[in-house]
Amino acid sequence: MKRTALLGLAAACSFAASMTIVTVVSAKPVTYELPEETAAFKPGPNLDIVQGNCGACHSADYIQTQPRGPKFGKDFWQAEVTKMITVFGAPIEPGDVPKIVDYLTATYH
Amino acid sequence: MINRRTVLKGASALAGGMAPIAALADTITLPIGNGERPMVKYPQKRPMIGLTARPPQLETPFSVFNENVITPNDAFFVRYHLAGIPLEIDPDTYTIDIKGKVDKPVKLKLADFKRMASVEIVAVNQCSGNSRGFSEPRVAGGQLANGAMGNARWRGVPLKAVLAQAGVQSGAKQVVFNGLDTPVIDKTPDFQKALDIAHAIDGEVMLAWQMNGKDLPMLNGFPVRLVVPGYYGTYWVKHLSDITVIDTVFDGFWMKTSYRIPDTADGFIEPGTAPKATVPIGKFNVRSFITSLADGAKVKTGETMLKGIAFDGGSGIKEVAVSADDGKSWTPAKLGTDLGKYSFREWTLPVALAAGAHVLKVRATSNDGKVQPDKAGWNPPGYMRNVIETYNVTAA
Repeated sequence: MKRTALLGLAAACSFAASMTIVTVVSAKPVTYELPEETAAFKPGPNLDIVQGNCGACHSADYIQTQPRGPKFGKDFWQAEVTKMITVFGAPIEPGDVPKIVDYLTATYH
Repeated sequence: MINRRTVLKGASALAGGMAPIAALADTITLPIGNGERPMVKYPQKRPMIGLTARPPQLETPFSVFNENVITPNDAFFVRYHLAGIPLEIDPDTYTIDIKGKVDKPVKLKLADFKRMASVEIVAVNQCSGNSRGFSEPRVAGGQLANGAMGNARWRGVPLKAVLAQAGVQSGAKQVVFNGLDTPVIDKTPDFQKALDIAHAIDGEVMLAWQMNGKDLPMLNGFPVRLVVPGYYGTYWVKHLSDITVIDTVFDGFWMKTSYRIPDTADGFIEPGTAPKATVPIGKFNVRSFITSLADGAKVKTGETMLKGIAFDGGSGIKEVAVSADDGKSWTPAKLGTDLGKYSFREWTLPVALAAGAHVLKVRATSNDGKVQPDKAGWNPPGYMRNVIETYNVTAA
C-alpha cells in the first residue's frame, strides 16, 4: 500500500533553519533481495558437520578466500575455529571441533 | 578502461569491450595469492568483486577509480560483519533513538532528519582492512585488494545538532552507535561502535541520508548511516538505529577487542610479531594510486598522461610526486580540483617513456607532513596499508 502524507506547514516552518521544505512524503517499505548464494563448501571429510556449524552464520567463501600455504595449515584453522567459539559464540559441540579442523586443513590448503 | 592489474577470464572479456553486462567474465583474479573472486551482480550495484556472500562483502573493481573522482553509488564497496542484515525498511516508520546520558531522550524519524538544516561533505570511506591481501606475511581476514574504498558526496545532519536536541549531560565520555544489522546467534557480539564525545560533537561527524544526491543504496546503509570524515569505515555505522551517550568508555567487542592497531607512531610493528599494546583504529594514513594504468600495463612509447588519486585522514594533500625510474627521481604532479580535505584529490602528470620496461611509483605527502613509506608497514589484523605503490609497465 502506498501512502502519501502532506506535512503541515506549521510543522515545516518550526524548523526555521531548513532551506528545503519537504512537502510530500511518499512512503512504502523499501525491500532488498539478495542474490542466491552460490558459494559452497568443497567436498571433504565431515562436510555435513561443517555445513551445519560454519554455514549457520556465514557463507563458504569466508573460508575459501583465506590465504594458502604452509603457514595456513592445521594451526591456523584450529585458531580460526577457536575464535569462532570463544569470540563469536559459535555453539559447536566439543567433539565436532577436531572434525571441523580436519576438514578445513584437508580441504583448503 | 580495462584494469590490467587484474586478469579477466572468459571469452567475452577477451573479445573486447562490446559484450553486454550479462555476458561479462564471471571471475576476476586479484594480484594476491588465492585471489580468484566471482564477479557478482547485486540489486542497485554494477558487477562487483564478490568477497563473501553472507553477509555480503563487495569490493570495487579498481578501474572505477579512474572514471571519476567521485565513486558512483552502484560501484561503492560493501562490508558487513553480521549476516542479520535488514532487507526491508519502511522509511515512514524508521526511527533513530537518541538516549543515555541526555536530558531528554528523543526519537527521530527520517522525515525529521530531512527537515533539519542539512550539510554536505565529500569524504572518503575506506575499510580498515583495505589492501589486506597484500600483507606480508599474510594474515587472516577479508582478503581485499585496493578496492575497499570510495569517495562520495554525503548529505545529512551534523551529529552535533542531533545530540543538541537531546541535550548531552555533563560527564558524558562517549557516544555509542548501533545499526539494524544483527548477529545470527545471540552470543555473537552485536556490531556497535563508539566515538569520544568531543569527536562526536565536532560538527563534522554526520548522519547522512543522501549519497551523491540520491538515497543511500541499501547495502551502503539505507536510509541513514554515520559518516565519520577521515576515519576508517568501521565507524561509519549503517542503518543507524540507536545513538547512546555514555559516561564510561564503551567496552563492546568491536571497540575493546576488534579493530585495534598497535600503539605505535604509525600503527605498524615488526612483521610477524605481536603488539605490546593496542588502541582503537582511528584516522586514515596518507595514500595515493595511479588509476590510469595498472601494474603490468603496456603503453605506447613516448608521452603517457598519468592520472590518479591521493587522500589522507583530513589534513589534505600537499603534494603528489611520481617516479618513472623506480624511485631514483621524483616529479611533482599537478593536483586537480580540491573537493575538500576529506576527498580523493585527483592528480595528473605526463611522463615520457622510452621503449622498454619502466617502474613507476607514486608518493603522496599530506599537509601535516606525512609521507607514504617506501616499505610496507605490517600489523596482525592487516590494517592501514599505505606503502608507495609500484607499477611495472612496458612501453612499445
